[in-house]
Amino acid sequence: MATDDVTLDVDAGEIHALIGPNGAGKTTLIAQLAGALRPDTGTIRFDGSNVTATPQHARVRLGLARSYQITSIFRSFPVLDNIALALQARSGTSLSFWRPLASETALFDEARRLVAKIGLQDREHVAAVELAHGEQRQLEVGLALATLPKLLLLDEPMSGLAPEESAHMIAMIEGLKGTVTILLVEHDMDAVFRLADRISVLVSGRVIATGIPDAIRKNAEVKRAYLGDEATV
Amino acid sequence: MQRVLTSIILVLAFAFPLAMKSWDQAYYISFASRVMIYALAATSLNLILGYGGMVSFGHAAFLGCGAYVVGILMAQGVASAWLAWPAAVGVSALFAVAIGAISLRTRGVYFIMITLSFAQMMYYIFVSLKAYGGEDGLNLATRSDIGFGLDLADDITFYYVVLLILAATLGGLHRLVHARFGRVIEAIRENEARMEAIGFPTYRYKLVCFVIAGALAGLAGALIANQNNFVSPKLIEWTQSGSLMIMTILGGVGYLYGGVIGALVLLVLEETLSSYTIHWQLPVGATLLAIVLFAPQGIAGLFSRRSPARER
Repeated sequence: MATDDVTLDVDAGEIHALIGPNGAGKTTLIAQLAGALRPDTGTIRFDGSNVTATPQHARVRLGLARSYQITSIFRSFPVLDNIALALQARSGTSLSFWRPLASETALFDEARRLVAKIGLQDREHVAAVELAHGEQRQLEVGLALATLPKLLLLDEPMSGLAPEESAHMIAMIEGLKGTVTILLVEHDMDAVFRLADRISVLVSGRVIATGIPDAIRKNAEVKRAYLGDEATV
Repeated sequence: MQRVLTSIILVLAFAFPLAMKSWDQAYYISFASRVMIYALAATSLNLILGYGGMVSFGHAAFLGCGAYVVGILMAQGVASAWLAWPAAVGVSALFAVAIGAISLRTRGVYFIMITLSFAQMMYYIFVSLKAYGGEDGLNLATRSDIGFGLDLADDITFYYVVLLILAATLGGLHRLVHARFGRVIEAIRENEARMEAIGFPTYRYKLVCFVIAGALAGLAGALIANQNNFVSPKLIEWTQSGSLMIMTILGGVGYLYGGVIGALVLLVLEETLSSYTIHWQLPVGATLLAIVLFAPQGIAGLFSRRSPARER
């Protein structure tokens, strides 16, 4: 997978969906934006500054966080500790060798609020590995959310979810609208057309169209390249 | 419960040399010091291996480095423990910075191999250091001088100094692994990519952890030089790194006391079995095999229902 000369403008506060067939380069693009992969050429500007050479962890501090298509959580840690860890990253130094983490009530109070926000308040003390798949997906998004991003890159948050779990996830992402800008990569067209303010279509590493959902639905090139029959939603 | 157990062990450890002396078994006092020194070294390895998931196969490099600093300073006429031991810790830490900075850019088998190669390089440096004994090693004139009217040449005094250092280190590490830093190290072992993705510069944290472990191994090296009154490149040989690893795995990877248990069990096994047969390595190997097969969490894992490195 690769991306080829992608130009993508995401406006503050919007949910911008990125769709495209398998192998279009969506996950590669997410990795490049997040900083896990370096682009060979081109620049990535975030919030007015050039972050092309900024390492991933530093981009997170600037407010650019991602979630993963393949769930990547701290499996042996309880839900609450997962979220507290993400909060710890941006609250003070972690070169702290003496004070017990457990005594940081402010950190865990905030973690509890976030756990409730992602709908896992009844599962706080359950190890992440014990969660149902849908719950793990919620935690996956929650980890990215807990870094308090300005721009949240969501890589197929609905992947592998049952219909009712999808509905739950859609509601959760909808609830974020306006508080955080979201770039949403998703195959579930129901979700995309319900959530997105604008949609870009990526095919073979190139953006072939960007527009509001109605315009994308009617775009002949998009239909041919990707949407096909799925467009009849 | 754990507090009670810790207190009992401390009392027993405190009474041990007095009991041995009254039973005329002074040899075991020196043996126990050796166990505690190796416990310190294995514990330091456990910090990077067990908590951090960094499988270093060159940990003896720091042990030898600390030992040689004490030996060389002694040869230069610096006998004070207050100078030599911090110097041993400092120099080992510096080596750990250099070795870690390069090694930690690799992962998995490559990390194992590169740490091993650094230790082997160190080994050959000391072998070729003819001014300080080369391959034959270097005898120390005396044990280090700690002042306060205490004489480390007395095995009981030495025992208590080692006990104090080991207990203080374990206490400090107990705080460390339950503090923010410990959580970060554990989480990096669990899922390093995600740690980067939630904003942790993982390389830096791993390096700090590696340096702390190297410094502690250097301290153990300073003590082993005193224990033996002798340092030689044998301390840095890869088999030594292997023994430290075996102690850690035997005792329990990722358990705070894993290194202590492992050092105790391995050295006691060696000591007792070697008095029966020259082929003592065979039963030691069989014991190791049994533990790896039946107690993959190590001996500490047998007594804990919690998963390693998650104990509270």
